[in-house]
Amino acid sequence: MLTRAGDTVKFAVIVFPGSNCDEDAYHAATAVLGQKAEYVWHKDTDLKGADVVVLPGGFAHGDYLRTGAMARFSPIMREVRTFAERGGPVLGICNGFQVLLEAGLLPGAMLRNRGLKFRCEHVHIRVEQTDTPFTLACRGGQVLRMPIAHGEGNYFAEPDVIARLEANRQVIFRYTTAEGELRDDANPNGSVSAIAGICNDTRNVVGLMPHPERACESPLGSADGLLIFESVVQSLKAGALVAGA
Amino acid sequence: MIDPQVLERHQLKPDEYDRILQFLGREPNLTELGLFSVMWSEHCSYKSSRVHLKTLPTEGPQVLQGPGENAGAVDIGDGLAAVFKIESHNHPSFIEPYQGAATGVGGIIRDIFTMGARPIALLNSLRFGALDMPGTPRLLEGVVAGIAGYGNSMGIPTVGGEITFDPAYAGNPLVNVFCLGVAKASDIIKGVASGVGNAVYYVGAKTGRDGIHGATMASAEFDERSAEKRPAVQVGDPFMEKLLLEACLEVMKTDALIGIQDMGAAGLTCSTSEMGSRGGAGIEIDISLVPQRESGMTPYEIMLSESQERMLLVVKPGREAEVERIFEKWDLHAVSIGRVTADGMLRVRERGQVVAEVPTGALTDQAPVYRRPMTPPDYLADAQRLDLDALERPRALDAGRTLSSPATHGLFALLGSPTIASKRWAYRQYDHMVRTNTINLPGLGAGVVRLKGTDRALAMSLDGNGRYCYLDPYRGAMLAVAESARNVACTGARPLGATNCLNFGNPERPEIMWQLAKAVEGLGAACRALGVPITGGNVSLYNETDGAAIYPTPVIGVVGVLDHADRVVGSRFRAPGDVIVLLGEGSGELGGSEYLKLVYDLVRGAPPALDLDRERALQELVIALVGERLIRSASDCSEGGLAVTVGECSFGTGGIGAELSVEPVNVARNPHLNVAATLFGESASRIVVSVAGDAVTAVLKQAAAAGVPTRVIGRTGGDRLRIATGGDIVIDVSIEEAERVWSTAIERYFVKKVA
Amino acid sequence: MRARVFVTLKPSVFDPQGRTIADALHSLGYGSVQAVRQGKYFELDLATTEAAKAKVLAAEVADKLLANPVIESYRIEVE
Repeated sequence: MLTRAGDTVKFAVIVFPGSNCDEDAYHAATAVLGQKAEYVWHKDTDLKGADVVVLPGGFAHGDYLRTGAMARFSPIMREVRTFAERGGPVLGICNGFQVLLEAGLLPGAMLRNRGLKFRCEHVHIRVEQTDTPFTLACRGGQVLRMPIAHGEGNYFAEPDVIARLEANRQVIFRYTTAEGELRDDANPNGSVSAIAGICNDTRNVVGLMPHPERACESPLGSADGLLIFESVVQSLKAGALVAGA
Repeated sequence: MIDPQVLERHQLKPDEYDRILQFLGREPNLTELGLFSVMWSEHCSYKSSRVHLKTLPTEGPQVLQGPGENAGAVDIGDGLAAVFKIESHNHPSFIEPYQGAATGVGGIIRDIFTMGARPIALLNSLRFGALDMPGTPRLLEGVVAGIAGYGNSMGIPTVGGEITFDPAYAGNPLVNVFCLGVAKASDIIKGVASGVGNAVYYVGAKTGRDGIHGATMASAEFDERSAEKRPAVQVGDPFMEKLLLEACLEVMKTDALIGIQDMGAAGLTCSTSEMGSRGGAGIEIDISLVPQRESGMTPYEIMLSESQERMLLVVKPGREAEVERIFEKWDLHAVSIGRVTADGMLRVRERGQVVAEVPTGALTDQAPVYRRPMTPPDYLADAQRLDLDALERPRALDAGRTLSSPATHGLFALLGSPTIASKRWAYRQYDHMVRTNTINLPGLGAGVVRLKGTDRALAMSLDGNGRYCYLDPYRGAMLAVAESARNVACTGARPLGATNCLNFGNPERPEIMWQLAKAVEGLGAACRALGVPITGGNVSLYNETDGAAIYPTPVIGVVGVLDHADRVVGSRFRAPGDVIVLLGEGSGELGGSEYLKLVYDLVRGAPPALDLDRERALQELVIALVGERLIRSASDCSEGGLAVTVGECSFGTGGIGAELSVEPVNVARNPHLNVAATLFGESASRIVVSVAGDAVTAVLKQAAAAGVPTRVIGRTGGDRLRIATGGDIVIDVSIEEAERVWSTAIERYFVKKVA
Repeated sequence: MRARVFVTLKPSVFDPQGRTIADALHSLGYGSVQAVRQGKYFELDLATTEAAKAKVLAAEVADKLLANPVIESYRIEVE
């Protein structure tokens, strides 16, 4: 656990059978950010003292039945839920976001992309809120370039739920043009209100479809994703500073 | 019981049956006949191609594993090996495009991790009928979705490949898939069974009746009744394969394995007999121990089933529990189904009772080998003749467009041809970025993945040109090797090794056999000259429908290493104001070109000449220029010629244009044909590079020292592609318009209205 | 007993697959097919002989796993 601002942050990367971006998240946290990370197997029952939990992308349980539907019953998810309830920062990326939705840690559900095809490409997302542990290093309205890679990223919730999300400022990222404009052709999957990422009502659990861990080094086409990881490191260190002071 | 009808159903010839009788010294039972039938099929035995394949160069100081194993391997430095192979799944993909392509990907991935390597990249080479023929879009859509469905789920990026459209493939599409993995050179594991008494384990999916006689199906021509063979299609389960991949790699780290092999074509039969034969051992299994998905399966069905996602392992004595435990972690159950024996026999029992007993060598090494008769095809002499002066004016291709010149007309026709056009529609369905190593995004040229923990990167490219091979299989095959190696070299990587997939028609026809033999000769010559030994591959024959063969189509995959990943260059222009330099020179060769095919509907002439020494000098030059950071982009100049290549260098850059002045060629009396030959001729051994102004002198100097004819042909900048030749501006188009034609040519066949 | 569970998207949820299938049918000349909704179908073999119990059990697994109440509803038949 982080006790001093000088400590390194420890990431837990949850590994479900079928996860396939676990190594990428681990690499971003360690090799790129210089923090610590540990893989946590889905049948494990403790988070190994992690400061932040990442549910990575992939195809947990093959995405059979529905994306994320079976992963929510993994033993580790009880720990993730407890960790989140205590205010610990949890980030769900792509399939990890889908798991958080199925687990009820975030509201809504995913439908097939409106084009019915898997899409892998760089998109632009606009940071709507910066008061979450994963966006505090961003500027409000900042446009980030990140890849998506999903077949079911078409976010859906009933209108009353969307209204509540908007009222509580829980929509954290929206798909936009490079200039930050909302436009239908900038929405790659048909998500309602161009939603690319949301948080829970206590703001410590964030899910997004784009892959920040794939955008942490410029040879890969973008380093904008670093801001997401740097945010949580800063947030935890600030918290440790307050706790230590 | 074994009568001529039974033999015919098993696609065994009478003399082959005599050979079986000799091996056994008795009549085989039906199960044994089934074993011979699948192992002696063309697909498993290479009986028609083997004598020719033996002539290929397979050795070099960098080669760690040549042909004969599940995959080949080359040394890439830092104690690491690149393990790679290509495989065809043509016939299954025609019958059921999604599952056929998906299981092809599954199979080639298993070949790689079976060697102890972590798969890190996929490529595919696809050939279909013309996109405007009925049925082609559906086939393309199914194949691409199948590749995506399997590869994406496995978390292995698809980083490149090629898609070609030609009526020659309408009745018989080609689906060739390639996988590359990385292992510690010292940790490569082989498909071998040894150590009498050692346990033989089965792990993975349960065995069902799917795919029985898939291997013999892949060795028979298609006809109208092929649709009836549908039950032979296998269904893939990428989630099971992902578990197998992770579990097997974890087991391999423990050093508890003697050998491992996947159950691909010919299933349990092939894996047991090949592992036994390689180890000089026998294997005895009891099929009642094999996990079964369906009830009432016969020994014949269990031995021949091609259910996917299954592996066979031989475990060191005393390590069984450890191996079982690792598989349990992944919810997989490794089951001991038999033992290694000393007698060299594959012995199959059912609840103790022997139901088949055949020497492993008889099924593998001693399978029949044919030196089939060959004759040059009749069409050849005429097809190679090309008289440009006899050509009439081009037929109007796009009456709606107002065209400023025949050259512009030609350029737009080429850019809008699905074979040349952007393949974004396909590759954006593939996860090409997972594993965060992809440093050259797909779209043009070779795929490049960095190797974390080292400074290095690997580049890889798949190339083939069936039209060239139809016109001259020897030269066409050489050109395929040269292009693939050139694509790799253009990134700055040094080509190290190659894998090949030979797609041909019925080898029992002497003219097909001649094409195959000549193509293999050409492959060998080019691989030798360019220093890329063949480390493995695959042969797919009987690619015919109703007696019409596909173009002879060898597809080559070349793998190379970049010592400094951060020096990689892409094929696109980087900035306005750079100088455009052509390395190598063209002579306006239009034989077999995309231009002739599109504009004149002609498949004619000799494919471009290739001087292998010059090709090698060119590749070494471009590798050196990238290594010294003297060039900012490099693009192979091939299909569509110089004008198309320069156009493609501008696309995806946000509209960096180019202004060129190129030397005219004189190949015909008709001036517009000379312009076309200058712009669209496909002379080999050419690379378009862009160079920052202050590096031009150094580039020219190095090129001169390397003996590569080189010329400054223009400059990047503006928002138009403008090309002058012989003092006339022959092309002047906006990049935006050209790019729109190029980028929408395939997508427009799939536009769906979904509100 | 056997329970059949039919899971479909709720009427308020857009079904792009169903829509595409409907479009395909229209282009095949089946203009009278007005709409298509795609769903999932499960067969559960249950170790009970009482229809009422079977129905309760099937509903429980449908609630817990087979259907996502945010987007899907279900219908059960037992025999």
